Amino acid sequence: MTDKHLFSITALFDTPDEVIHAAHETSQAGYARYDVNTPYPVHGMDKAMKLKPTRLGVFSLAFGILGAVSAVLFMSWVSLVDYPLIIGGKPFWSWPAFVPVAFEVTVLLVAVLTVVTMIVLFFKFPNNSHPLHDTPYMKRVSSDKFGVSIQADDPKFNERDVAAFLKKIGGKEIASVYFDAEELITPRRLFEPKFLAILAATALIVSGATYVIFNQIMFMEPFSWMSTQVKLKPQRPSELFKDGIGMQRPVAGTVARGFIPYAFAGKPDLAGKNLVNPLPMTKEVIERGKSKYLTYCSPCHGNFGAGDSRLRGQFPNPPTLHSDKVRTWPDGNLYHVMTEGQNVMPSYAAQISRDDRWAVVNYIRVMQRAHNAKESDLK
Amino acid sequence: MSSAAIDYTHEPPVVEGKPKASELDATIAAPLDQFPSRTWWILFAITLSLLSIGVFCIGMTLYEGLGVWGVNQPVSWGFDIVNFVFWVGIGHAGTLISAILFLLRQRWRTGIARFAEAMTIFAVMCAGLFPLLHTGRQWLPMYLTPYPNQHGLWVNFTSPLVWDVFAVSTYFTVSLVFWYIGLIPDLATLRDRTTSKIKKTIYSIFSLGWRHSNRHWQHYERAYLILAGFATPLVLSVHTIVSFDFAVSVLPGWHTTIFPPYFVAGAVFSGFAMVQNVLIFVRQAFNLKHIIMLDHLEKMNKIMIVTGSMVGYAYAMEFFIAWYSGNPFEQFVFLNRMLGPYAWAYWTMVSCNVIFPQLFWFKKIRRSIPLMFVIGIIVNIGMWFERFVIVVTSLSRDFLPSSWGHYTPSLYDAGILLGSFGLFFTLILIFVRVLPVVSISEVKAVVQGAQPSHH
Repeated sequence: MTDKHLFSITALFDTPDEVIHAAHETSQAGYARYDVNTPYPVHGMDKAMKLKPTRLGVFSLAFGILGAVSAVLFMSWVSLVDYPLIIGGKPFWSWPAFVPVAFEVTVLLVAVLTVVTMIVLFFKFPNNSHPLHDTPYMKRVSSDKFGVSIQADDPKFNERDVAAFLKKIGGKEIASVYFDAEELITPRRLFEPKFLAILAATALIVSGATYVIFNQIMFMEPFSWMSTQVKLKPQRPSELFKDGIGMQRPVAGTVARGFIPYAFAGKPDLAGKNLVNPLPMTKEVIERGKSKYLTYCSPCHGNFGAGDSRLRGQFPNPPTLHSDKVRTWPDGNLYHVMTEGQNVMPSYAAQISRDDRWAVVNYIRVMQRAHNAKESDLK
Repeated sequence: MSSAAIDYTHEPPVVEGKPKASELDATIAAPLDQFPSRTWWILFAITLSLLSIGVFCIGMTLYEGLGVWGVNQPVSWGFDIVNFVFWVGIGHAGTLISAILFLLRQRWRTGIARFAEAMTIFAVMCAGLFPLLHTGRQWLPMYLTPYPNQHGLWVNFTSPLVWDVFAVSTYFTVSLVFWYIGLIPDLATLRDRTTSKIKKTIYSIFSLGWRHSNRHWQHYERAYLILAGFATPLVLSVHTIVSFDFAVSVLPGWHTTIFPPYFVAGAVFSGFAMVQNVLIFVRQAFNLKHIIMLDHLEKMNKIMIVTGSMVGYAYAMEFFIAWYSGNPFEQFVFLNRMLGPYAWAYWTMVSCNVIFPQLFWFKKIRRSIPLMFVIGIIVNIGMWFERFVIVVTSLSRDFLPSSWGHYTPSLYDAGILLGSFGLFFTLILIFVRVLPVVSISEVKAVVQGAQPSHH
């Protein structure tokens, strides 16, 4: 028994009333290093043992604030700084949509960290080498008895007095609990070769498995099916067609997107009679027409449509747009000329889109009006 | 007994008789010490067979892709989402019993809390399976979480589907933590009881060295209270967020504000039906009739009337709002539910969820084990059909008649559903063999005379 040290003297009680009384007496007698072990929490024990209220709630509050703040900050950083993305036409910082995730993160952090704090910080668990473990005392308080254990490191501790005291307050089966001296020295298990070997083996297996999964298995069937599926790609052969060509010729009569065949090719009279200018005489339309006119038409027709070409005879000068003939033409005829060309003028259908041609028609009308202004226009 | 004899000033005992603490240990730990009975092996064989059907169907889904399922446009959410919502709902009873009833000081919960919590965990495991399978490339689940990647992309935090990932994973983790800290004192008790060296090592590891110290109980009880306080809004948030998957969309029949409370009520409803059903077998098989009393089952049946009526109210209110809104699409969806191609599912749902639970108004039925068992099963069938009706009718016929369609599940869909039941009951059967199905320390604390008399 020389290397055995006394840890505590224990006593058992039968009922919760007795143990509450005993705890009260023990704390009254001035013992500080003692414990009460009961198979379930007995109401009123905190008061009897004069325990300070637990401060676990303060930790939980801190974890909750940490969770809420970090979640909101992270989501704000993602949507404002790191990768701003308009989703559903909403502002970048759509805070109401952050509420659910922020709430869940808060609850998660509070629950997990409170429990971890309690177990690691408050209880110093896991600890399976406490002297009370595996004693008859522990086996009884684990099941149906209530126990008081006064520890030897208490300043008031005296082996004989404590035993007598426990007997006096009604304790039964009074026993001494010893522990080995070597238990005092916390063994440095961290550097045990066995532990290090297991650590190394774990690291090797995990990294090896990760490598194989991400570099081999993920490129095997069926995981690779999404990237190796049969599909059409531009400029690539394809097994889907007999000739092995991916880009097939369009079917005869296919119409390109945005292109509508012109119904009055070679029929200027019908065009003048049937086509109606779809665009209104608004400022935007006229501005658009002006821009196109100055770009495509003015080199030959002149900036004001007078037929004063800037090309210095390199290309025949067109007639003026202010002639009676052109002024009395319906819009359709002007459009037809731009679409088909006339005499030496080529077609401008490829350069000026359909709507822009109508806008140019409107702009020509504006110039004609300005060129033949009436008295009433001057106001 | 005459009605005048009920004394409301004293709470009726929540454990029958006055069992001694050591007797409680022996009763609750009995299934852990014995070799499994023949019945257990037969049940285990059945559930394992169901599970292997599921494993096969999931394997085929992984290999061939989602094409083996019945989902397609326009019904792209089929059995998988129906089952997901169903299982998450089943899970809700556990947290309700362990957290909300704890905060409300309902001491009768002690006998059933552990089991219901375990059920929550298993149900959420079944639930989590379905969205994962639904993603199509099940080996890339990390895409669901915000992790730093070389694309510089994050998940869309404004999407209900991402909220769902957070809600369900948080729910699973918190339920697991809650369940585990409840287990610690019991594992310590088992550690001190067992004579087997292997078991003792396992219990020692998982009980972390618990010593039943009152200096620990003090923090422990506070931690339990904090967890219950946070688990309560959590359990309400989870099915709320699941309902957002539907309510935040613009589909007629989904886009309603009644969805969150309606889903939560439905979840508790089906969860209680499942807990009641399984507990009937557990209390019979493990001689726990004095701990899981008939009174407790009756109380659960009462909760089922309440939540069942709430669900019935929600059904009626959906119709009223569809009419009151004046929105022809909304009105059509509800008429279509009642009279359209899925009318059979709708009427199954209404009769199972609204009509049958009303039988619990009769005390004789409420206290009859066979009848309550049958009604519990009916309720769960009804609640499964509720999710089916919500998901399938709205998707199959929405705005444009030209894009309407019909949904028929494939055999693989049915196989995975069976497999999820197999997984659930397999886990339950393993659970009842390896861990105490009733919280030993909590039950000891609510036995008559367990608390000091002067307190």
